[in-house]
Amino acid sequence: MTDLLNALILLANFVLVPALSYGSQLALGALGITLVYGVLRFSNFAHGDTMAFGAMATMLATWWLQSAGVGIAPLPTALLALPFGIAATALLCIGFDRAVYRYYRRRSSPPVVFVIASVGVMFMVNGIVRFVIGPDDRQFADGARFIMRARDFKEYTGLSEGLTIKVSQGMTIVIAAALVAALFWFLQRTRTGKAMRAFADNEELALLSGIDPGRVVMVTWTLVAALAAIAGTLYGLDKSFKPFTYFQLLLPMFAAAIVGGIGQPAGAIAGGFVIAFSEVTVTYAYKKFFAYLLPAAWEPQGLMQLLSTDYKFAVSFIILVVVLLVRPTGIFRGRTL
Amino acid sequence: MSRAALAFSLMAALLALVGVMQSWSLALAILNLCLISAVMSLGVNIQWGYAGLFNAGVMGFAALGGLAAVLVSSAPVAGAWQAGGARLLVAAGIFAATIAAALALRRRMPAGGARFAAVAAALFIGCVIARYFYAPATAAIEALNPAKHGNLGGLGLPVLFAWAAGGAFAAGAAWLVGKVALGLRSDYLAIATLGIAEIIVAVLKNEDWLARGVKNVTGLSRPVPYEVNLQQADWFVRRVESFNASELAALPSAERAAALQQLVIDYSSLFVKLCYAGLFAAVLAALLALSATALNSPWGRMMRAIRDNEISAGAMGKNITARHLQVFILGSAVIGIGGAMLTTLDGQFTPGTYHPLRFTFLIWVMVIVGGSGSNLGAVLGGFLVWFVWVEAEPAGLWLIDNLTAPFGENALRAHLMDNAQHMRLFLMGLVLLLVMRFSPGGILPETAGGGRAKKAGGKAGESPAAAGTKTKMPPPDSAARA
Amino acid sequence: MSFLVGENMHGGYGGADILRGCSIGVARGEIAVIVGPNGAGKSTAMKALLGMLELREGRVSLGGDDITALTPQARVARGLAFVPQTANVFVNMTVRENLEMGAYLRRDGIEETMEQVFELFPILREKHAQPAGELSGGQRQQVAFGRALMTGPSVLMLDEPTAGVSPIVMDELFGRILEVRDTGVAVLMVEQNARQALGIADRGYVLVVGENRHAGSGAELLADPKVRKSFLGG
Repeated sequence: MTDLLNALILLANFVLVPALSYGSQLALGALGITLVYGVLRFSNFAHGDTMAFGAMATMLATWWLQSAGVGIAPLPTALLALPFGIAATALLCIGFDRAVYRYYRRRSSPPVVFVIASVGVMFMVNGIVRFVIGPDDRQFADGARFIMRARDFKEYTGLSEGLTIKVSQGMTIVIAAALVAALFWFLQRTRTGKAMRAFADNEELALLSGIDPGRVVMVTWTLVAALAAIAGTLYGLDKSFKPFTYFQLLLPMFAAAIVGGIGQPAGAIAGGFVIAFSEVTVTYAYKKFFAYLLPAAWEPQGLMQLLSTDYKFAVSFIILVVVLLVRPTGIFRGRTL
Repeated sequence: MSRAALAFSLMAALLALVGVMQSWSLALAILNLCLISAVMSLGVNIQWGYAGLFNAGVMGFAALGGLAAVLVSSAPVAGAWQAGGARLLVAAGIFAATIAAALALRRRMPAGGARFAAVAAALFIGCVIARYFYAPATAAIEALNPAKHGNLGGLGLPVLFAWAAGGAFAAGAAWLVGKVALGLRSDYLAIATLGIAEIIVAVLKNEDWLARGVKNVTGLSRPVPYEVNLQQADWFVRRVESFNASELAALPSAERAAALQQLVIDYSSLFVKLCYAGLFAAVLAALLALSATALNSPWGRMMRAIRDNEISAGAMGKNITARHLQVFILGSAVIGIGGAMLTTLDGQFTPGTYHPLRFTFLIWVMVIVGGSGSNLGAVLGGFLVWFVWVEAEPAGLWLIDNLTAPFGENALRAHLMDNAQHMRLFLMGLVLLLVMRFSPGGILPETAGGGRAKKAGGKAGESPAAAGTKTKMPPPDSAARA
Repeated sequence: MSFLVGENMHGGYGGADILRGCSIGVARGEIAVIVGPNGAGKSTAMKALLGMLELREGRVSLGGDDITALTPQARVARGLAFVPQTANVFVNMTVRENLEMGAYLRRDGIEETMEQVFELFPILREKHAQPAGELSGGQRQQVAFGRALMTGPSVLMLDEPTAGVSPIVMDELFGRILEVRDTGVAVLMVEQNARQALGIADRGYVLVVGENRHAGSGAELLADPKVRKSFLGG
């Protein structure tokens, strides 16, 4: 019995908790991608770097707050700095929309032109981030590190396996849940949110109903910027901040958006967790888990790991390919808001 | 003088300027990478310009070309095949059988949960069995003299074969990706290629038995002479001597030998680079000629017809997805050739250096800046953008150095000097966006037939794949605030 | 005195002109119908009135004001409502949300208008919480109609409202259109079912290659032997 409990705690510690927080980060990122796709109708390759920019802006504000001695311990100061990061990212997104995307929107250019334009934006944002903060790893987490320590858990339960929950993980899950609830409330219940959905659903009819497209676009970018800055900051707090890793998040985020059904906010969230759980379960080494469950004689020799963590991106890719082959519209029949 | 001739003359002048101002060795080094960049951007242009396909995985195809260079040209590793070759082949066979079984199950069984479970189970079991052979095989290979080899080794063939093999490798990968992602929305191809590129590079970094992973394979054989050998070759020394006879004669005889030795060293390096340049230029010229021929053939006309109006071409019974697959494979093969050439030039294979900004998106900047749809444009873009990419770094440093120098040494200046190199990313993005917006046809826009500019309105801004105009509301934003 | 007038309109979608001197007018409390053979420019004429294509020549006025230069959105704000022939509902939004979007520009209470729409189309009340994309063709048409009415329009423009619906639904729709007319709205529609449409029309226009060929009251046109022979099949 204790063996079973130990095995389950082991899984919770190394699979459930990390996948939940990683899934929340992916879901927020995929939500941003899906909003751009639904309303503005293109795959935004700059989204990863937009997240890096948001995290960077938050980080700069965090350092400034720290130097001024302001903090909200035990929570990280970065939380206090988030509004600044969101505002800076919103300015960046709206600025690029004005300078770049609006022109192609007016000409009704095909989506692939927007995609290439987003590559240009990606380069520029990437350059800005590296210029301001450099390409290296940065830590900006402060405050308490753990909600629950493995040692405390063991003492409390008497089990030999411990459960660790980091503040960054707990915070990620709580904030993501609150943010998603707020976003759904906004889209389903407010006049502006409904106008956004209408615009995504049928642009021409939305215009015929008097919905102001400029406003819809503006609101969309603001939401996208907020999601990106928050997702970027949470990811940076949880792992660490490195510009290139944000670019690499593009693939799992796109996979999450497509798997869920691109353009579908609910799909982006489902997709984020599907990708995160697959990645973590496939790359986890189950040796110890089986050691608890199986008789000693059957104890596995190898690591019992399906795939090395070096190939975690392959997991998103394979899921993406399977979805494209089997059900190209994704779990929630895509392309709407 | 035609626009193209003018543009290429200016490009040559720029390179010559580097030769005079910095050094000829540097100018030739840049030229060689310009040529390789031109090959890769030609490949991307075939996909984008002929068919409007967005390939975001150029890096992966280039890396496969590099892998080909290793597998074809490096010396065989004694005992590697004996150690694990057989089991490796068995593993590959089982894996192939697994895929075949999964596909067969999918075809035979009625759709539903049972089929999904059966296919998943077949894949899982097959992979587990394949791994039973694969893991010890690779471990055995990697255990073989790991400091020096630890990999399968190559065929020991002349490296020029590797260029063709690089094309073939990339074509194979392109076939796989294209089968899955073509025929769906255009962005799905972009995302699928982005993914396959990351995976290819991850495999190359981690599968040490294949090409030593991040331990790199160095000392690949060359298609051109080695500097050391040239420096000891009589004919070469005599040529250098006669070439510089007057300068040498002007020197005091005591210094002559030392000066000649230095000259021989300099010239040997230049000579090697020139040989590479000649080879690369020959490949580029051949590819250009081939694609020009293809473009003007009935096949090329059909491709353009499809590109200009997919809907009507589809209505006329053209199998668009199959054509797109052809073009995608061809373009990827050209990229693979470029990748193999690059690895050959470097003389080593370093999976850690494949970076998507440099190997995928920079190539895209080349294509769009040069002129999408236009082969000469893509070549020019390859030259110009690579040149700017390389020279932007010293230029940016120089600029920041001079701008901040008056304020003395402080932290900000140090920071700016440290990070100045990253501004070239910003610059590339800016150039891309400016060209797309203000000169969507690029520097050398696509021409129909003999140099006659095609209808204005051009490419990147409009996309070659722009479908027929549909009647539409005046687009958003032009709307008056109601 | 016509409320919405397009005079001597010339224009097309960039290529050759589709409209070549066409004039259309409709007064409040009146139904005007545009009929004519395929490719005559019927829908184009309506789109021109709505501002969805640029006129090379001619003018459009609403209640005496020149609105030729206004965008479609601005015309919508001035009381023009349009029901496109296809893609005329928000498929992923519920029936109620569709109606709410129709009233997007209105800041006054919309419940009263929505009540009127529900009275006009009782089925919509029943299905108010269903996504419009799940409804039948005839029901969607009613949602589209209702959405347009929610703007509280002075002019209601319908592009082939009865295309693809059964004769029973068509009679039903025409009945509703008459009711809307009686509230003082100017109704302008393009119709394929010329005979039935002219039957309820106060005014009819027969368009041929972008020009007015015949005009008159619905009854006059129905009685005109030339119109009967060439457009109504005898």
